Amino acid sequence: MRLDIRLAIGALFTLLAILLCVFGVLSNPSIYAQSLGFNVNLWWGMVLLVFGMSMLFLGVRAIFVCTPAQKAALKDEKSRQ
Amino acid sequence: MGLTSIDWIIMAVYFAFVLGIGFALKRYMKTSTDFFLAGRSIPAWVCGLAFISANLGAQEVIGMGASGAKYGIATSHFYWIGAIPAMVFVGIFMMPFYYGSRARSVPEYLRLRFDEKTRGLNAISFAIMTLFSSGISMYAMAKLIQVLHILDSPFRHLGIPQSWIFHTGIVVSALVVLSYIYLGGLTSAIYNEVLQFFLIVAGFAPLVWLGMKNVGGWSGLKARLDPSYMHSWIGMASPSTNRLGVEWFGLAMGLGFVLSFGYWCTDFLVVQRAMAADSMTSARRTPLIAAVPKMLLPFLVILPGLIAVALTSQMAAPLTAPQQGVAAQAAASGRNLIPAKLDPTTNQPVLDRLGKPQLDYDLAVPNLLLHYFPTGLLGLGLTALLASFMSGMAGNVTAFNTVWTHDIYEPYIRPNASDAHYLMIGRLATVFGVALSIVTAYLATHFNNIMDMLQLVFAFVNAPLFATFLLGMFWKRATGHGAFTGLLSGTAAAAIHHALTIPEGSLVGVKGGWLAVLHAYPSEMAQNFWTAIFAWVTCFVITILVSLTTKRPEESRLVGLVYSLTPRPAQDQLSWYQKPAFLGGAVLAATVLLNVIFR
Repeated sequence: MRLDIRLAIGALFTLLAILLCVFGVLSNPSIYAQSLGFNVNLWWGMVLLVFGMSMLFLGVRAIFVCTPAQKAALKDEKSRQ
Repeated sequence: MGLTSIDWIIMAVYFAFVLGIGFALKRYMKTSTDFFLAGRSIPAWVCGLAFISANLGAQEVIGMGASGAKYGIATSHFYWIGAIPAMVFVGIFMMPFYYGSRARSVPEYLRLRFDEKTRGLNAISFAIMTLFSSGISMYAMAKLIQVLHILDSPFRHLGIPQSWIFHTGIVVSALVVLSYIYLGGLTSAIYNEVLQFFLIVAGFAPLVWLGMKNVGGWSGLKARLDPSYMHSWIGMASPSTNRLGVEWFGLAMGLGFVLSFGYWCTDFLVVQRAMAADSMTSARRTPLIAAVPKMLLPFLVILPGLIAVALTSQMAAPLTAPQQGVAAQAAASGRNLIPAKLDPTTNQPVLDRLGKPQLDYDLAVPNLLLHYFPTGLLGLGLTALLASFMSGMAGNVTAFNTVWTHDIYEPYIRPNASDAHYLMIGRLATVFGVALSIVTAYLATHFNNIMDMLQLVFAFVNAPLFATFLLGMFWKRATGHGAFTGLLSGTAAAAIHHALTIPEGSLVGVKGGWLAVLHAYPSEMAQNFWTAIFAWVTCFVITILVSLTTKRPEESRLVGLVYSLTPRPAQDQLSWYQKPAFLGGAVLAATVLLNVIFR
């Protein structure tokens, strides 16, 4: 498939994570009484950001890094030149 | 219930992605293989996550939390006994035939292996069942939106009557699922299932973390709950000493063997995800990869139920008096995580035979979300819930459109048409499938008993299936006539067993005993497990007997379909740790370890 699912997952989670982090910083601390005093938006947003970015990284890397089969084909072409 | 703009933005972003994936995949849908089998091009890890996600719908996320609140740690049997062994079996032993035979669906495998009538029976019953399951999923979702009052304030704001919330829930979820499957077919469904899997983890992990923190960790949970909640195996010797009300043999054979293998090894809804894999090795690895997160899911979906019970009372309902202890009394006061069940027509609490209110365990998990999550994370948690409902529905719809097109329309209505024609029919089937699911969802609102009865009939039809597949794949002498009569008599045996037995204390009717009451089981679950065992044994024996009296099938026709006549799949290029047998062994060992730890 030409659409790499990792890009979609990465983009969605990075976006959601940024939303949560920004909201976590700007929000009134009193709303965190129900979550035992933890600013869960900020903290969990940061965890999701790491996850989202890693997925994006894997997806983007797959575009630029060749698979072993493609590498072999490239080598073949070079030796012929 | 305070949803603010940030929650709505998070939900909107998710819905934009769901539809966006459908649109992005549209241009790759050129042939019927692209649409129904994702072009057989999906990598193993994506198939694996979709494999469990398709099943991670309404019944799982809400239902397993509810069971956790009701039965405790023992609910993990539905995973560690009731799923993992079957997933390992389908990956190692059955996938070579499903994938290798190039069958496009499970019923089609039955036609290749047995005959047309066996396929027809399986295809038609499966098609009807998927429609009803998808409708029930839709109904549950609309109901949840209504009960949690998610849409109350925006509706008030727009001046739309509150009674429309239910209809809006149904129509919107139906339209979203319809559009992304119509556009991107199975690929779209699989991609969204993977997205949903990560969303569930992202939405539920902080819930479990906060809940555990609040109750004081594992030791705190232990201190607050009756010991009967905290064990999966201790007390299994007799039905009266565990919360499930089942003894170990019925559990291991009924759930662990018949029901679990029947579902994970023969249900096209899950098998289709593996058939979409890009190679035989990937297809075999799909259920094995799926088994790893499946093994850990209990911590995500069962623990919230336990936490809800622990918070509801200091010492929740001891074993001797389920539903009548402190929890039920506290629930009557109406400020709890597990509220009393309300009658949908009268809005009064439903009372049990002793006049105590029954608890609505299904609300344990959603209420816990509302309890801990501030606005922001709440949006994420609710999105995860909605996503799980929709992907449960989508799984059924993709399985339906494939079986309808390949196993009902193509053989019986219009054979030998062009590929483009079948692709078009598949898309139309998606539209009709969703429309019929809506009808089912409304049926569910009006006739609760009809739904109970239908689910009962499905259980009768499903119970014997694994016997047919086991004999079909591993006994070359099994014949089409044998399989067909075996299936029918297995279903009949299930119905008769149900008609002659009853769970203790239930009324004669949908619960059983409608012919005569010969035996009373200690619980409904025990009755279900034994119904399945009877159906399986009957199907197994009858298939063998009829096969032996009918004409031996030609061996040349069975190459690639039966174990003894099929060359083993080549796996020389794989290193030892990549081989399915090693992966399967590792998964089983880890499962045994979990059972020992949480015994």
